[in-house]
Amino acid sequence: MSIHTSTAATAPKRLTSDAMSASLAREDQRVTAAPLGHALVELAQEDDRIIGLSADLAKYTDLHVFRDAMPDRFYQIGMAEQALVGSAAGLALEGFVPFVSTYSVFATRRAYDFLCLDIAEAGLNVNMVCALPGLTTGYGPSHQATEDLAILRGMPDLTIVDPCDAVDIEQAVPQLAAHDGPTYTRILRGKVPRVLDEYDYSFELGKAKLVRDGADVLLVSTGLMTERALEAARELEADRIDVAVLHVPTLKPLDEETILHELGKDRLVMTCENHTVIGGLFDAVAHTLVRNGSGRQVTPVGLPDEFLNAGALPTLSDRYGVSTGKLVERIRAMHGAAHR
Amino acid sequence: MNTEDSARATGERIPAETTVTRQKRLERIREAAFNIRSSALIQAEVQGQGYIGQALDIADVLAVLYADQLALRPDDPEWEGRDRCLLSIGHYALALYAALVEAKVLPAEELDTYATDDSRLPMSAMASYTPGVEISGGSLGHGLTIANGIAMGLKRKDNPAFVYNILSDGELNEGSTWEAAAVAGHHELDNLIAIVDFNDQQADGKSSGVLGMEPVDQKFETFGWIARRVDGHDLPALLTALEELRAEEAGKPRCLVVDTKLGKGVEFLETREKLHFMRVAPDEWATAHQQLKESYEA
Repeated sequence: MSIHTSTAATAPKRLTSDAMSASLAREDQRVTAAPLGHALVELAQEDDRIIGLSADLAKYTDLHVFRDAMPDRFYQIGMAEQALVGSAAGLALEGFVPFVSTYSVFATRRAYDFLCLDIAEAGLNVNMVCALPGLTTGYGPSHQATEDLAILRGMPDLTIVDPCDAVDIEQAVPQLAAHDGPTYTRILRGKVPRVLDEYDYSFELGKAKLVRDGADVLLVSTGLMTERALEAARELEADRIDVAVLHVPTLKPLDEETILHELGKDRLVMTCENHTVIGGLFDAVAHTLVRNGSGRQVTPVGLPDEFLNAGALPTLSDRYGVSTGKLVERIRAMHGAAHR
Repeated sequence: MNTEDSARATGERIPAETTVTRQKRLERIREAAFNIRSSALIQAEVQGQGYIGQALDIADVLAVLYADQLALRPDDPEWEGRDRCLLSIGHYALALYAALVEAKVLPAEELDTYATDDSRLPMSAMASYTPGVEISGGSLGHGLTIANGIAMGLKRKDNPAFVYNILSDGELNEGSTWEAAAVAGHHELDNLIAIVDFNDQQADGKSSGVLGMEPVDQKFETFGWIARRVDGHDLPALLTALEELRAEEAGKPRCLVVDTKLGKGVEFLETREKLHFMRVAPDEWATAHQQLKESYEA
C-alpha cells in the first residue's frame, strides 16, 4: 500500500483552494447576486454616458451582467490592461463615463502608469471596479491584491473606495459616476452579503460612518472587514465588551474629521482591513492622528507584510488573523489586558 | 475669401474638389513646414539644446496635418468637430507648438517661453498646459491606447472626425503599443490613423540597434491594419498617403510609417552625430536659421 492511498483513506478531507468564481458569502447569509453588474445596468438605463469595459474578466467581475443587458455599451478589450485603461481614458475624453473591470492585481500592478497618467493626471471620470481585493481568493500572490491600496494611495486626485457589502456597492455606483474624477473601487463579486441594511446606514462617497456605537472598543474598519467587525461586536456582547464600529469605505480622501472625532473618545482602538498593514487604512489613520497631535495607540488588524499562502479562504483568514473568530480573540485579549 | 480660406475659417477640411489646385496646397504645406522648422529653432534656442533633431524631422508631417489635413478651428481648440491629433512622444512638443502656431491656435509671441517656468509650453507636451494639445505624452506607449478610446467614442457619437496618433519608432518597443494595435484591429477602428516617425534614433542609439522592430508596416498589417510607408520628407507622397488612408473604405485602422531624417532642413544638424538630445552652440543658431532658409529656397 502506498503512503499516498493510506493518507487519503484515513485523514480528514482537507479544504481546497477557493476557485476564481467563489463567492464569499456563507450559506446562512442574505445575499445579492452580482450587485455591481445590476447597479450599473440600472444606472446606465438613465445615463447614456455609462460605458463598460473589461480585460477578459467581465464574467469574473460581475460586469457580464451589464455586458449581457447592454451589449452595445460594452467593450471587450482582451487580456490587455494597459490598453484597457487607455481606451477608457479616450472614451472619457469624448464625454463618456467608463466603468472598467479587471482584477485588482492587474489594474494596479500592470497598468499603474496608465491609471496615473492617462486618467488621474488628466482628471478624467473613469471608474475602475476591480475584483479580488486583499485575501478574497486562495490562488496565492498572483491574484491576491494585498497591497493595492498601498500602491494607489500615493496617486494624486484618485478616489479610493473599499465597500463592505452589496449595499455599499449598489449605493456607491451612482455616486462614483457622479463624481467628476477618477475612482478605484475594490469589488466583491458573485453572491455578495447584505449587511449594512440592518443598520441606520447609507453610503456617502468620502464619508466615514459610525455603524454601531460602543463604550469599550472602537473598530475602525474598511471593506469586508466591517462585516467581520460587526459580527465580532455582536459576539462580544456576551462578554460584556461594548464594541463600536466606524466604517470607512472611502480610503481617499479620508474623512479625517469623523475619524478624529471618534478616536477622541477613551476606547481601545483597532483598525481592520483586508490589506497588508502597510500603506492602507492603518497607515492612513495613524497619519491622521500623528499630524493632529494625538498620541493615541492604535492596533492594526490586517494582512501581514508577506506574500500569502495559497489555500482555502477560511484556513487563510484564520492563519492571517482576519477571520471573525481571530478578531474576537484579539479584542478579548486586548480588553482583558487593559482591565487586568 | 476664397473657398480654401472659408473652409479653414469654419474648421472644415478642404474638399478635394475645391478650385484650389493640388499644387497650391503643396506650396502652402511647404511654407508651413518651413515656418514650423523656424519656430522649432526659436524654441530650441531658449534652452540651447534639446529635441531639435526630432522637431526638424517631423515638421513635414505636421505641416501636411496642420496646414491641410486636420479639421480644426483656431479660435476653438476643443471644437467637437475637430480631428483629434494625439502626440504620444511628449518630447516632440516644440514641433507641436510650432504647428499650433502655424495653425493659429497659439500666438507666435509665446514661442520664446518654451520650457521656461510658468510657460504654457512645457518641455514635454501636456494637455492641461496648452490649448490644442490633446493628451499628455512623455511616458511612451500611451498615445495609441488613448487614441483607441477616442476612436470608439467618436463612433458612438456618429462624429465623422478622425483620430491621428503620432508615435515614434522607439515607442514601438513598448508592449502597450501592440496591445493597442490589436484592440484597434479587433474593434475595426477605421477612424484612426497612426503615424510612426521612423527616424531610427532613440535614447540609447539607433532604433534598429536598440531593439529592432522592422518590418514596422508589415507588423501593423498583421494586426489587422492598413499600412503604408513613405519618405517623411516627400510632401506630395505624404499628402497622397494621408488622403488615401483617410478615404480608404475598409473597416480597418490605418498606419503610415514615415522614414525621416533627424535634423532635416538644417545641413549641419543633418550631418552632425545623431543624438536623441542635441546640443547646439550659442553661435550656431544664426547658421541654423540661415541653412534652413537656404534649404527652403533651394
